[in-house]
Amino acid sequence: MSSDQMTAPVATRAPVQVQPVWRSVVRWETALVFLVIATIIFGAQENEHFLNTTTLFFVGLNMGEIAIMALPLTLIVVTGEIDLSVASMLGLSSTLLGYLYQHGWSIWLAMVAVLVVGAAGGALNGFLVTRLGLPSIAVTIGTLTLFRGVAEIILGTDSVGGYPQSLTNVGVIPIPGTQLAYSFGIFLVLAMVYGVVLHATPVGRSVFAIGLQSEAAYFSGIRVNRIKFLLFVLSGLVCAFAGILWTLRFATSRYDAGTGLELTVVTIVLLGGVSIFGGRGSILGVVLAVVIVGCLQEVLTLMTVDAQVQNIITGGLLLVSVILPNTAEGLRRFRARVRRRA
Amino acid sequence: MVHLRTGRGAGAAAGLTAVLLLAAACSSSSTSTPAASGGSGGTSASPTGVKKGLVVYFIPKDTQNPYEVIADKGGTDALTELGGKVVVSSGTADTAAAQIPSIQAAIQAHADAIVIAANDPAALCPSLAQAEAAGIKVVAFDSDNTCPNHLFINQANTEQIGTSEVDLLAKEINSTGQIAILSAAATATNQNAWIGYMKQQLAKYPNMKLVSTVYGNDDPATSLTVLQGLLSAYPNLAGIISPTTVGISTAAQYLDTHKDLLKHLHLTGLGLPSQMKAYVHSGTVKEFELWNPSDLGYLAGYAAADLASGTAKLDTGSTFDAGKLKTYTVLAPAGTTGPSVILGPPFVFNASNVDQFNF
Repeated sequence: MSSDQMTAPVATRAPVQVQPVWRSVVRWETALVFLVIATIIFGAQENEHFLNTTTLFFVGLNMGEIAIMALPLTLIVVTGEIDLSVASMLGLSSTLLGYLYQHGWSIWLAMVAVLVVGAAGGALNGFLVTRLGLPSIAVTIGTLTLFRGVAEIILGTDSVGGYPQSLTNVGVIPIPGTQLAYSFGIFLVLAMVYGVVLHATPVGRSVFAIGLQSEAAYFSGIRVNRIKFLLFVLSGLVCAFAGILWTLRFATSRYDAGTGLELTVVTIVLLGGVSIFGGRGSILGVVLAVVIVGCLQEVLTLMTVDAQVQNIITGGLLLVSVILPNTAEGLRRFRARVRRRA
Repeated sequence: MVHLRTGRGAGAAAGLTAVLLLAAACSSSSTSTPAASGGSGGTSASPTGVKKGLVVYFIPKDTQNPYEVIADKGGTDALTELGGKVVVSSGTADTAAAQIPSIQAAIQAHADAIVIAANDPAALCPSLAQAEAAGIKVVAFDSDNTCPNHLFINQANTEQIGTSEVDLLAKEINSTGQIAILSAAATATNQNAWIGYMKQQLAKYPNMKLVSTVYGNDDPATSLTVLQGLLSAYPNLAGIISPTTVGISTAAQYLDTHKDLLKHLHLTGLGLPSQMKAYVHSGTVKEFELWNPSDLGYLAGYAAADLASGTAKLDTGSTFDAGKLKTYTVLAPAGTTGPSVILGPPFVFNASNVDQFNF
């Protein structure tokens, strides 16, 4: 951030700063729309079985929990922080649900307990980041290991099954009258809520302001730490919820549920155009990224492309989504600096 | 033994087995397969009634495990003989979640059968149920699942594998000393079943004490780390059983470069001859066991094709043809295992025979 912007009053800075950012977001999302279309055309060309309603159901089923976890992470990344413990929280939640259910708790009560523990785990992240001022990447790598470790202690190598079939059907049957998986339907509803909150409320504007200039936001009256803390709590809660969906989809609780998924979640958030440095991003972009990653995985599997090659493609997407927007922004800053000197 | 489980007269079966062995010995292709005696009863009927153009999805635990690559190749051979096609599809991580897209792909491609080595005994059941609802026959191999309505191709009698590995080690260490197990994932169905029988068998050797079971997750780096931990925690360890090809080859490689340990430490388990050859000849490993993974995949391929054609059924005592491996009889469900067939007894490899095998 250049010095003249630092000293400028926030009120006059805002329109100057926000306008070009908005435009770049729109442009990134346009690119994503084209990428969605390209993926679908590619899929339809490469495999005769791609263009049918079963694909829609399977993509939704495979992406549901991941997509749900990407929503709170989007807000966290917009504030300039990160939460890498999402998949471990999913695993802990699945494990705890199994443990409580195995010990005679009613399934609904166990779900409530799991959600409470999820929020508490998120609060732990939030406390370490906002109260102790530790970097969120270090904190959440720590809790990534911690949550998974606790899960392993709770269930060990056991797996718990025997959940009511009316609930485990979410993994087999779409929402009646549609081809949408339940988890994906829930994601779409949540995405609308997050979209409204992030893009059309004071809270959303505060989240962007924190990501753009945390100190400026603080001095203009935004409760930076409280918002960050609550976002981590929200992330824990939502990931615990995703853990419940995951458990029901697999009809099984295991300590290693969702191992490694945090990378897919982060890929989706970044591919969605959310800046890893904070301050930029949109829910629409994340929704589009979910569709792209889901369709791409589906079509590559249908084409029986090697899983290793699929990993390379996903990794490549992640790199492109970090490099492209940042090169654009870097170029813009460079030009601005040249212009100022001249 | 196989014969007792089929419920046929042991004498008649033994006679038939002898005939089969003789036939196998006379045919040039399969003389050296250790599992050739696995079939029992029936006449050596030619492939009948199997449909042409069948598509069978082989879904291994992951796409890189060399053992499963060989098994999948065996399945491809079987379907090629039958005029069908094998598609191999799985993830790179040993998780149930990574296998689900492959099951879905089989459903979407209207495959005739799925042959799967489950990474989790139960978590794939909803997806496999979807596949069955779509008319796809399911065969399990390598690692069984607890889902209904599938045929399990048992690589060898679970009990025999567990007990024979303990017996092999006992012979090498004079039935005395601390021993440990270096396994795959802590959740692996087959390894855990074998370890259960190992513990039972150890009761017969009061001077052998199992001090630890460690898990290398079928990953060489992890296996090496837990092995080193094991060796520093128990410096007087007399023996290690590693019932996984990744574990035993990693351990053998380590011991090969730390030969001082071999003065008191013996290693055995389940290994691939191609990987273990060098260590057997250098004296690091005396004996190890396995079945023929190529035959396992071949049998699974035939079973899948027969089930999809209606020429095999899940009913106890029904028989089906498995090409060069002759005829197999479906065994009754027992415990958590549903209908199954057994490939054959485990085969012991040592310096005298290991060079004959190229898998």
